[in-house]
Amino acid sequence: MRHIISVLLENEAGALSRVAGLFSARGYNIESLTVAPTDDPSLSRMTLVTTGNEHVIEQIKKQLHKLIDTVKLLDLSEGTHIEREMMLIKVRAEGPDREELKRLADIFRAKIIDVTDTSYVVELTGSSSKLDAYIEAVPEGRIIEVVRSGPTGIARGPKGLSL
Amino acid sequence: MELSGAEIVVQALIDEGVEYVFGYPGGAVLHIYDALFHQDRIRHILVRHEQGATHAADGYARSTGKCGVCLVTSGPGATNAVTGIATAYMDSIPLVVLTGQVPTPVIGSDAFQEVDTVGITRPCVKHNFLVKDRKELALTIRKAFYIATSGRPGPVVVDIPKDVTDPNIRIPYDYPKEIQMRSYNPAKRGHLGQIKKAVEAILQAKRPIFYTGGGVILGEASQRLRELVALTGFPITSTLMGLGAYPASDQKFLGMLGMHGTYEANMAMHEADTLIAIGARFDDRVTGKIEHFSPHAKIIHIDIDPSSISKNVRVDIPIVGPVDSVLADMLRLLREQDMRPDQQALADWWNQIERWRARQCLAYDRNSQRIKPQFAVETLYKVTQGNLYLTSDVGQHQMFAAQFYPFEEPRRWINSGGLGTMGFGLPAAVGVQLAHPDAQVACISGEASILMCIQELATCKQYDLPLKIILLNNGYMGMVRQWQEFFYESRYSHSYVDALPDFVRLAESFGHVGMRIERPADLEPAMREAFSRRDQLVFLDVVVDPTENVYPMIEAGKGHHEMHLSPDRELA
Ligand SMILES: Cc1cc2nc3c(=O)[nH]c(=O)nc-3n(C[C@H](O)[C@H](O)[C@H](O)COP(=O)(O)OP(=O)(O)OC[C@H]3O[C@@H](n4cnc5c(N)ncnc54)[C@H](O)[C@@H]3O)c2cc1C
Ligand SMILES: Cc1ncc(C[n+]2csc(CCOP(=O)(O)OP(=O)(O)O)c2C)c(N)n1
Ligand SMILES: [Mg+2]
Repeated sequence: MRHIISVLLENEAGALSRVAGLFSARGYNIESLTVAPTDDPSLSRMTLVTTGNEHVIEQIKKQLHKLIDTVKLLDLSEGTHIEREMMLIKVRAEGPDREELKRLADIFRAKIIDVTDTSYVVELTGSSSKLDAYIEAVPEGRIIEVVRSGPTGIARGPKGLSL
Repeated sequence: MELSGAEIVVQALIDEGVEYVFGYPGGAVLHIYDALFHQDRIRHILVRHEQGATHAADGYARSTGKCGVCLVTSGPGATNAVTGIATAYMDSIPLVVLTGQVPTPVIGSDAFQEVDTVGITRPCVKHNFLVKDRKELALTIRKAFYIATSGRPGPVVVDIPKDVTDPNIRIPYDYPKEIQMRSYNPAKRGHLGQIKKAVEAILQAKRPIFYTGGGVILGEASQRLRELVALTGFPITSTLMGLGAYPASDQKFLGMLGMHGTYEANMAMHEADTLIAIGARFDDRVTGKIEHFSPHAKIIHIDIDPSSISKNVRVDIPIVGPVDSVLADMLRLLREQDMRPDQQALADWWNQIERWRARQCLAYDRNSQRIKPQFAVETLYKVTQGNLYLTSDVGQHQMFAAQFYPFEEPRRWINSGGLGTMGFGLPAAVGVQLAHPDAQVACISGEASILMCIQELATCKQYDLPLKIILLNNGYMGMVRQWQEFFYESRYSHSYVDALPDFVRLAESFGHVGMRIERPADLEPAMREAFSRRDQLVFLDVVVDPTENVYPMIEAGKGHHEMHLSPDRELA
């Protein structure tokens, strides 16, 4: 099962490597990991996407919690939540493709944020599966480069993951 | 008070109440060594290898319950300490290890004696710090002690760049008394609802067993455990790490369980309907093949570390909390109850256990012309009567000591279980003897293990530590040889310890007393003489039967019911 886990960490040097080290040392899967400071500069928020059976996910959460730098942890997958990932994708846009690629961007509510004679850079935000679908939809052989942020997420409802 | 960084380090240790620092100097810690020179509150013990410093601090910690402290230099000093740090980590021993680091401006430049100590030690510490600002020193050291000693204990490394300890820059010093960390709050009590459920399960039990571990000792709950066993009348077995928490001589004690555990303990684990695990972590040396582990049992597990629970074995009633407080709640709830477990069922259970016990799985040839290692351990008990702190190295001798030396009190049996570090025994004994200057301290070892930290004989000389080293010399890496005999058709690939030193002369060259014993009849008098030398280290080179194996044995990956007893008493 795929799980998306949010972790509030002390914003200390090395906190990220503790998490990365934990996953490699214990052989856990890690699909993506994003981290950035929050409104409180002493805290970082990390979003992790991982897969494993129920038992493995339980251990992952316990081990993450056990890190001294971990302040709070929430498995977003346990409740309703919103997930967003951002993608920047550079495509070859020449001749008739220019119009086609522009239409595709419109359909996906993506933005074209850089244009040259031969290329576009498209920005697209959404669920990871939406980004996958976009990549699928780009005509064969037109993709030059794909950059994805990895998903971040937040629980629905008024409650927040904060101190 | 204005202090330099180096003085802050030393003063903080004093304010922590540290008695001993085990260390070895070098460039990056010279300012700290100079500050040590100017005080007389802390005793610095100069070891002969940084691994020895960590093991000595570890032995001090295991035998007292206090935090062990080490001080080593950057680079090779820190890397030499890693084995000892990992050893402490695996057995949850509280250590604070101060490592020197190159000055902050040159960190990352491959400076002389630079290693990424924080990076290297990260996977084998409870936590570590790099202190880049002298203003953070006092608070960081305070945190290090707090983290090392609270919750599930463990080693904490504090890496200190040399410029941070500059003797010429002074700043105000104030050692924080209280410490609060929003990201670290170990459990203070168990959940009462869960404890009630556990009590109900205990009252329903028909074939119960207590399975206890190192957590009982770490959590100072030996007294409560004794009360609980007395109150319920249930049988109890212990891991290697828990020995001594419950008196081995008591009839309710079934001996150690696991790979080299007793027949009765392992069979009772296999047949139990209720398993009460207390401060034990379901290690693979204990469980054997998970699918066969206590297949009929409802499992209660008390542990302070949530990640120990249901890690290897699914638990039915988890209780996260300090064992001492959880057992206190349990005892109270049990005493408030009128109900008692089914006494008839319990009596039948005990009858079954006694039939298992009657197999005498630890029997060995007492008429041998050679000294059997089991006999050597029994003789050690006969001579010391339990009035002993016994450290061990790793191998067959360790198992024989665990099986044949009955420990009655916690913190008397000091060995490396989780990492299984050869070389642990001698330096650990250094720490134990310093912590208990008037006590009898012995180290049981093998001729292979002892050579791994033999240099600490010099430390023993320098500080007049009258240890007794009981070397069970079988001429082999016995434990390795045993596996090769069983699983590799006796191809003894590189397990023969050739070119051994003359241990008597070796001991003498370090200024100690050496004795070699070859005949069973000479052993007891020699041990008596050794222990009568109250102020001398005596190294007993005991030549034991090289062919002896440790039984019972459960092969890795087998179940508790698939044990081997010695060849002439193999299970049907
Ligand atoms: C050659 C060799 C052979 C071995 N053979 C065996 C064998 O046959 N049988 C055997 O048992 N072992 C054997 N071992 C040791 C084995 O490898 C493990 O080290 C040992 O089984 C672990 O013991 P434990 O479960 O008591 O855990 P420990 O490592 O002692 O862990 C303690 C547990 O208690 C918890 N805890 C700590 N403090 C508290 C507290 N205050 N309150 C509550 N919980 C707390 C911790 O979180 C942890 O889960 C062998 C080792 C070697 C080297
Ligand atoms: C540092 C280290 N290296 C290797 C091992 C693997 N090992 C475990 S027991 C053992 C043999 C120990 O031999 P000895 O000290 O003579 O003890 P004996 O088994 O003969 O009693 C070895 C090599 C280990 N545990 N630790
Ligand atoms: Mg040997």
